[in-house]
Amino acid sequence: MFMGILTDLRSSISRATSSLFTGGEPKRIGIYGPPNAGKTTLANRIARDWTGDAVGPESHVPHETRRARRKENVEIKRNGKSVTIDVVDTPGVTTKVDYKQFLEHDIEKEDAVRRSREATEGVAEAMHWLREDVDGVIYVLDATEDPFTQVNTMLVGIIESQDLPVLIFANKIDLDEASVQRVSNAFPQHETVPLSALEGDNMDEVYDKIAEYFG
Amino acid sequence: MAEVTTTDDDGGEPPTEGIQIDMISADRMDGLRTMEKIRLILDGVHDDNIVILESGLQPEEESKLIERTMTEINPDGDGFTGIEIESYPGGSGGDNGFLGRLMGNDDPNTLTVIGPADRIETLHKDETLISTLITRQ
Ligand SMILES: Nc1nc2c(ncn2[C@@H]2O[C@H](COP(=O)(O)OP(=O)(O)OP(=O)(O)O)[C@@H](O)[C@H]2O)c(=O)[nH]1
Ligand SMILES: [Mg+2]
Repeated sequence: MFMGILTDLRSSISRATSSLFTGGEPKRIGIYGPPNAGKTTLANRIARDWTGDAVGPESHVPHETRRARRKENVEIKRNGKSVTIDVVDTPGVTTKVDYKQFLEHDIEKEDAVRRSREATEGVAEAMHWLREDVDGVIYVLDATEDPFTQVNTMLVGIIESQDLPVLIFANKIDLDEASVQRVSNAFPQHETVPLSALEGDNMDEVYDKIAEYFG
Repeated sequence: MAEVTTTDDDGGEPPTEGIQIDMISADRMDGLRTMEKIRLILDGVHDDNIVILESGLQPEEESKLIERTMTEINPDGDGFTGIEIESYPGGSGGDNGFLGRLMGNDDPNTLTVIGPADRIETLHKDETLISTLITRQ
């Protein structure tokens, strides 16, 4: 017990000193990707696994997340070491928002218009964060969908131009139509990690890679 | 009062039936600052034109174009719902990454098509061909 406290203390001291030398704050890792890819589901899983509480609501309706949300000081333990990151769940990026798309989800016009307005603000905010406020990116894709879209190409290009470390997550591998190969073919210059954020499949590799890339 | 009146019969205006395509040369774009480029593109798109860039935008400019586009969508207003944008080559071939830039390959040099989201639809796209459908209002 006492030893445990001592080790904890020692590790928090060494963490404090190491962060002194690496420039302080934990790295901010932005979770980016198109709407509905499973970004919030992933952010919630990471937060629940390591802090016990969630980040925000998940939904099959696109643009559920309309404001970047941060979960601070998520300490991920891997092989005796630990990495502390701030997880930023961002609104799905798109070049267009039409309020009519929400009417199909049984949302009234007034709400649909408001949701669209918030969604556009959210996307603008996400782009701003990406240019200024993140230290690394997890790019989440729905592996059942074609990864070769203009938004994906542009976003990955923007991330590359800033030399941010990036991991591509091929999500929803619990679904039959998922193709991890298609995702890794679309972005051969980056590492692709398959997972199901919903089912929790392959999370060990997910955390290994997060520690390796963002530690 | 069952009479239908058409008011677009004002002579001086160009015919509204057609679709205007603005092809902007790399030279023209080179002389502009980021916001000027974005304005040129978005003004064209707001006028319901199709804008074709000989040479694509830099990643930073694309990022600002997306941001600017979002702020100009007014769901309750003029019906602008954003842009559709396609370019090739796709840029995900590995050359545009860190190594590519290290070797001085910074110019995206990609043909880029941009139009109003509600009027342009990509039918097919690969590294050598973009096929788009443009609809009239
Ligand atoms: N089958 C399956 N469904 C998933 C998985 N991850 C997320 N989903 C579902 O996909 C839908 C979208 O999930 P979200 O986490 O809200 O997606 P998002 O990327 O945050 O979406 P926006 O906030 O709108 O950009 C929800 O219905 C989730 O339950 C997965 O691994 N497998
Ligand atoms: Mg979300």
